Amino acid sequence: MSEVITEKATIVEAPAGYQQPGFFATSLDKAVGLARKNSIWPLPFATSCCGIEFMALMASHYDLGRFGAERLSFSPRQADLLMVMGTIAKKMAPVLRQVYQQMAEPRWVLSMGACASSGGIFDTYSVLQGIDRVIPVDVYVPGCPPRPEQVIDGIMQIQKLVGSESLRRRHSPEYKEMMKKYGFE
Amino acid sequence: MFVSNQNYFFMHNNILDFIPIVITLAVAAGFVVLVMLVTHWLGPNRKTHVKGESFECGIEQKGNARIPFSIKYFLVAILFVLFDVEVIFMYPWAVNFKELGMLGFMEMGLFIAFFLVGFYYIMKKGALKWE
Repeated sequence: MSEVITEKATIVEAPAGYQQPGFFATSLDKAVGLARKNSIWPLPFATSCCGIEFMALMASHYDLGRFGAERLSFSPRQADLLMVMGTIAKKMAPVLRQVYQQMAEPRWVLSMGACASSGGIFDTYSVLQGIDRVIPVDVYVPGCPPRPEQVIDGIMQIQKLVGSESLRRRHSPEYKEMMKKYGFE
Repeated sequence: MFVSNQNYFFMHNNILDFIPIVITLAVAAGFVVLVMLVTHWLGPNRKTHVKGESFECGIEQKGNARIPFSIKYFLVAILFVLFDVEVIFMYPWAVNFKELGMLGFMEMGLFIAFFLVGFYYIMKKGALKWE
């Protein structure tokens, strides 16, 4: 595991499969997971300071684009990952729910920062104490605000989830149960 | 069939020479249809009522998305199409001008006269009056 890498090539590792000269065979789950996890298109739902940190993340120094997230989408129809960055007020919660519901499956949610994960330091009448009260969340990134490297770590966890997801998960009874728990169809 | 080879750009060959074009068109159209059918039948989807609504940045949509627009744009466009088609009909006449002779000229004149009647009607009705 700790061998010195002499070539300077950054390529994605192939999934486990059967390889012979001329062909490579693997399962559809793994191939689709590989394609999906290296081309996640985020929907930046940025409301506060974490949004500024996200701007730093997308800029050249930390560059989220090298993970495949080069193309941001402000329309939920074309986005894979909903990144909620910032304080979500109780007035904003129905808007967040609507945006989440209008995303096409498969979809994932990353909650960036303390305010989105749990309300942060704003334990008050107007702030929603955590977006997981209204939508299901896959990865939480703590911090106030989290450094771009922490968010990249969160994105890599999302990549791990995306790469290992079964193709039928969105039609499974557990998923439907979870959706019903949140009040979605 | 004797074909003179002076001043002719296109030598009349048999109709079978057009088969490759037909195959190209069929493959292009067939590919589109096939891919759309495959995605609609084999692709996974989960339709819900909220997902199908128009996207309005997360808020409830109010009212119709159709806005009223001036009919004059549509009229200009549709009249252009009509008269453009008339001009297109004049192209084969131009190519075979010599053989069609006087009779062809009179027939085309009648054709254009019909269009002129229509044009006179349009002008009288003020369809092209831009306010």
